Amino acid sequence: MTTSVTTPMTPAPGAPRRVDPSAAVARTTSHSSLQETLVQTLAMAWRALKKMRRKPEQFFDVLIQPLLFTAMFAFIFGGAISGSVSDYLPVLIPGILAQTALTVCMATGVQLREDMDKGVFDRFKSLPIARIAPLAGPMIADLIRYGIASVLTLVTGLIIGYRPGGGVLGCVGGIALTVIAGWSLAWIFTWLGTMARSAQSVQGISMMIMFPLTFLSNAFVPAETLPGWLEAFVKVNPVSHVVSAVRDLLNHGAVTAEVGWAVIGCAVVVAIFAPLAVRSYSRKM
Amino acid sequence: MADLDAVRADGLVKDFGDFRAVDEIDLHVRQGEIFGVLGPNGAGKTTTLRMLATLLPVDGGHAEIFGVDVRREPHRIRQLVGVTGQYASVDEDLTARENLRLFARLQGLTSARAKAIAGDLLERFGLQEAADRPLSQFSGGMRRRLDLASSLITRPPLIFLDEPTTGLDPRTRGQMWDTIRELVTDGSTILLTTQYLDEADQLADRVAVIDRGRKVAEDTPDALKTQVGDSTLQLGLADGSDLALAADIVRRLLAEDPVLTPESGRVNIPLPDPNRAADVLIGLREAGIGISSVSVAKPTLDEVFLALTGHGADEPRAGESQAGEPRMEAAR
Repeated sequence: MTTSVTTPMTPAPGAPRRVDPSAAVARTTSHSSLQETLVQTLAMAWRALKKMRRKPEQFFDVLIQPLLFTAMFAFIFGGAISGSVSDYLPVLIPGILAQTALTVCMATGVQLREDMDKGVFDRFKSLPIARIAPLAGPMIADLIRYGIASVLTLVTGLIIGYRPGGGVLGCVGGIALTVIAGWSLAWIFTWLGTMARSAQSVQGISMMIMFPLTFLSNAFVPAETLPGWLEAFVKVNPVSHVVSAVRDLLNHGAVTAEVGWAVIGCAVVVAIFAPLAVRSYSRKM
Repeated sequence: MADLDAVRADGLVKDFGDFRAVDEIDLHVRQGEIFGVLGPNGAGKTTTLRMLATLLPVDGGHAEIFGVDVRREPHRIRQLVGVTGQYASVDEDLTARENLRLFARLQGLTSARAKAIAGDLLERFGLQEAADRPLSQFSGGMRRRLDLASSLITRPPLIFLDEPTTGLDPRTRGQMWDTIRELVTDGSTILLTTQYLDEADQLADRVAVIDRGRKVAEDTPDALKTQVGDSTLQLGLADGSDLALAADIVRRLLAEDPVLTPESGRVNIPLPDPNRAADVLIGLREAGIGISSVSVAKPTLDEVFLALTGHGADEPRAGESQAGEPRMEAAR
């Protein structure tokens, strides 16, 4: 440690050309181009990946929840709801997929909030980068987490006896839709992350959103078994549409209208919450 | 272009609720100079810098950097200014090399260029040995150097340094000073804030003294120092009641107004020439005034402040009707 302090801070010999302010001013641009924004977002994704590699403990939720919840729900509710575990699995697995994706979303918001409190965000703000890059970058890296969580859930299902009727293509489609839905819904939590005062409050608010969204949906029980007023909510809940769409893909390999609705729903969520998140982040300066 | 100011700020204002942190500050920084903003904690130095760096919205006034409007074109400003903050703004979870590569990529350098520049800067700042170690093992000085290196990736024509040496040991501070001087020889302009008169004296061509959000003086360090004398003779009187008499003797001998502290019987005398200290001591002995302590000190920020504002740098805003006592002022 002491040796490095003594190193003199002299510039390299043959110093490069002098700084020319007028040329620098002439080179400036009024905003990041689309291509620059993409490069910046990918650089931020690279940063998030490096961090993931160094802190593998943040994969805990992604690994445990699919294993635990899939097995637990299948054996506890299987008989009661569908008569047997194997009959329940086609209902349950898409539901668990949606629930896992939402949990990962929540972590996205909490981690963003934690990250924003760090000194390095001061530098990100002082750099000429598109304001969306620090938000979108980590979300691209999170695609890996959605992928891991979805595949693990499906594999756990296969192990305890789930045989998806949609075949390989249906499974790939179902997982792809889960990942897309998770990524889209994550913008809601990213927005929360830029708004809230602390990581804990993001966690708290996210829980309050996540539980009604997953349990007041058709993720674990058929909507028809619910009282009328609840059934009405469940039917408009976007998570229900995602779950139905994933069921269609996994169990029948069918690209139904539900799939279309789910994709449109995701696009609407992104269109609303991505601009909100960027605006709130820019204002936080 | 050459006669365009690097920074031209007129009537800058920043309000935090009821508290006016920056109160109509004007700053004109010429190209190629080191301009120091000197003031105690909470004077509004950092706030001013953050406004100019687009990190805080400007509440009033006008600011231009190389002729580019700070409020209207923040993205352009960010391309012209490198900011090194008071607290190293580098990523703790990455290594030094990864930090530099990330910041280079974010600023549009190709992957290969980013790698090369990261290597160059690590070498230039004596960090190549620690380049691939996690930042948690870095000393405060190493962090500051990495932070400064991060601000230089695109060789911005204007560099903001917010208290670049606060918290550094004397040797590391000297190295930082050398680095800052070298930046100017490359053609960059530097705006730095500091709490130390000594630092402003060592580095800055011109200094603005900021107090409670207002600019109270702007001059060369030498001119500022002559306002308080080159050094100060500090006397403790054995008998506090001799204070007025001692002050008379000093005025007669040096034609200077001493600063009196009746509570502790202390007299601070600005000395145009340290040799005159003896004259004062002899004069006092001839008058039969007993002395309990003597020291000669170089002028401190406190004395510059006292001379410029009539109150010390640490004193709270006494006697002002302003409500909402500033939270930043008290922090020390």
